[in-house]
Amino acid sequence: MPKLFTGAEIVFKCLEDQKAEYIFGYPGGAVLPIYDELKNHKSIKHILARHEQGAGHAAEGYARSSGKPGILLVTSGPGATNAVTALTDAYMDSVPLVCISGQVPTHLIGTDAFQECDTTGITRPCTKHNWLVKDANDLAEVIHLAFEVATTGRPGPVLVDIPKDIQFKKGKYKFIKKKLTKKLNGKSSNKINKKDLDNFINMMKQSSKPIFYTGGGVINSGPEASENLKELISLTGFPVTSTLQGLGAYPGDDPLFLGMLGMHGTYEANNAMHDCDLMINIGARFDDRITGKIDEFSPKSKKIHIDIDPSSVGKNVKVDLAIISDVNELLKNLIKRFKENNKNFLESNKQKTSKWWNQIEKWRQKKSLNFINSETTIKPQHAVQRLYELTKNKDTFITTEVGQHQMWAAQHYKFNKPNRWMTSGGLGTMGYGLPAAVGVQVAHPGKLVIDIAGEASVLMTIQEMSTAVQYRLPIKIFILNNEYMGMVRQWQELLHDKNYSESYSEALPDFVKLAEAYGCIGIRASKPSELDQKIKEMINVDKPVIFDCVVDKEENCYPMIPSGKPHNQMLLGPQDEKEEVSDEGKILV
Amino acid sequence: MNKSKSAYSEPTKFGKKEHHVIVVWVDNEAGVLARVVGLFSGRGYNIDSLAVAEVDKKKHLSRITIVTIGTPEVIEQIKLQLKKLIPVHKVADFSIQDPKILFKELALFKLVANLKKQEKAKKICKKFNVVVLDKSKKSFVIQVTALRREIDKLIEILKPLGLVSTSRTGAVAMTRGPEIFK
Repeated sequence: MPKLFTGAEIVFKCLEDQKAEYIFGYPGGAVLPIYDELKNHKSIKHILARHEQGAGHAAEGYARSSGKPGILLVTSGPGATNAVTALTDAYMDSVPLVCISGQVPTHLIGTDAFQECDTTGITRPCTKHNWLVKDANDLAEVIHLAFEVATTGRPGPVLVDIPKDIQFKKGKYKFIKKKLTKKLNGKSSNKINKKDLDNFINMMKQSSKPIFYTGGGVINSGPEASENLKELISLTGFPVTSTLQGLGAYPGDDPLFLGMLGMHGTYEANNAMHDCDLMINIGARFDDRITGKIDEFSPKSKKIHIDIDPSSVGKNVKVDLAIISDVNELLKNLIKRFKENNKNFLESNKQKTSKWWNQIEKWRQKKSLNFINSETTIKPQHAVQRLYELTKNKDTFITTEVGQHQMWAAQHYKFNKPNRWMTSGGLGTMGYGLPAAVGVQVAHPGKLVIDIAGEASVLMTIQEMSTAVQYRLPIKIFILNNEYMGMVRQWQELLHDKNYSESYSEALPDFVKLAEAYGCIGIRASKPSELDQKIKEMINVDKPVIFDCVVDKEENCYPMIPSGKPHNQMLLGPQDEKEEVSDEGKILV
Repeated sequence: MNKSKSAYSEPTKFGKKEHHVIVVWVDNEAGVLARVVGLFSGRGYNIDSLAVAEVDKKKHLSRITIVTIGTPEVIEQIKLQLKKLIPVHKVADFSIQDPKILFKELALFKLVANLKKQEKAKKICKKFNVVVLDKSKKSFVIQVTALRREIDKLIEILKPLGLVSTSRTGAVAMTRGPEIFK
């Protein structure tokens, strides 16, 4: 007779066997037996958020910065529905999350019981898979399978819904690994064949205008993938651009790096994408913020696409060579194969790509990220640049909210390592950055963690400052405060005849006093002359800080690809708004 | 600048749409049908008809047959997205024009009609494996198995003969010859 455990005990035995260290969560009636069991498992620490969405984003921040799955524990009904935004966010950005939710007892399911909701029904479209466990004997198998689903193939969130009676009931515990392998079916990666590799290499050899376009898949594949990406690029000497999610996989200050591409990407990256003859997509998914108008997207190029998710291939853009693989596996194999026959490729190929590089240099000369600085008001771009200069020598982790500040952070903060940049790209969740910073700081005690925020976004999850204070997490909330929902305002200015409908916040809290109310430090900078000093003050304090950086209210985020336009028709600055960009372009001073 | 008032690009290309039959083998577990049809509705794919039942009691396998319409790209996406679902074992896809594939739908018709009209109706349905399931002086219920468009046509013909109720299944499909889909 095997030893029997309660459902709640089984939950923790599973978490222990999965080597979980932290749970982010919020208690409630239907999940109390699990919370009761928490005291018996000292190796697992619970981080109490102030809202389940906050707990979810914190788990995401933890996962993205550490490479381990984030664990979320919530109660039934509102606990589960509050977690939906975080689950959807994790689904869009491929973040491994395991959400355990309490449910009303099995005999009450379907009776509209107190705090009942159809959790598996609601979360079905925003998880890779979910389970409602109706037998304590199934619980161990389901939870271990949940971890496997969350972390294999393209990572993502999963949810296990456990009715309260199952948490009390006794069942068997067993730890079975690798249950999924028997039916791969594109659920995780397949084998790489030599023919594809040779094809890949031949296409690289034939190209005179190549570009690497790398994405979040490189980060998700682990730090080794970033190292291998660097090696492949140094072997070829090809230019490289990155999506928002891929930043940090390749060093941001390297001369081969053209900056981010896409709607607010650099002029050189987007033009190179448009004019290239070979596009090598590694771990990116041809998102609509990247491609712009699909019909005119990089019309003259052959395209290679490496993705772990078969459904990403051919979804938006047709490609000439697709390899379904984990990025790191592919890169390892490709580099090995490439080195076998191409000893002096870098030197011998220089001539072939020299014209291309000259062209890229010309685009670079437009200095598309430039802006007109001011001596009287802080320009948001300047604030991010100063923040970068003053923190670049530390191993700094940056999270963001969503909007203009996010794009300025992506443009002006340069990342040299993977897992240092956590931003909500796919779903675009305002309120992501603050709780994500909480999770990042939990995973990396002693490291500098900064949320580059907007004042509108940060108010959506500001309550998580309490969490930061409770666990002494010295996160820095660096708010670029322009009193507007800046990106909404920008679109209204450019496309809706300056009708700033509901995008101005007429009442805002005093962020310095707010910081003090939460028990952290508040700092305000309103003049460019005091910015550096105040930023240093923020970095040096070992407590959570809300930094109210009062910036230009009407600065717009450039460059940008206007809607429905291809990559080679970017707006570089205000003077472009009224006219088409000519070949000469307009350089911003 | 040309002012499109959207932050999204406008749709431009439309491929040619084709009818396809998608066959999905799934674990027969709670919520599996919701996962499959939820994927269709959530991603804006079409379901013309749907037929589902367990086909292997021991392994708890169900076979779902979905008739859908879409461009070749959409059909490809449907297959790839379905394969990602955890309870899905395999996915087959056949063009409705494919001569190697057999399709059948079953329909039940209730007619309220005198015997003369009943005989006439039976004659019309003759080549569609007509079976009389119930019969009275005033009414009868017949069963036919046929293609979708044939049943569509039958409905029109039977209306003046007293058709009062129609019940029909979605199409089910199978390949001709000894091969099975692996």
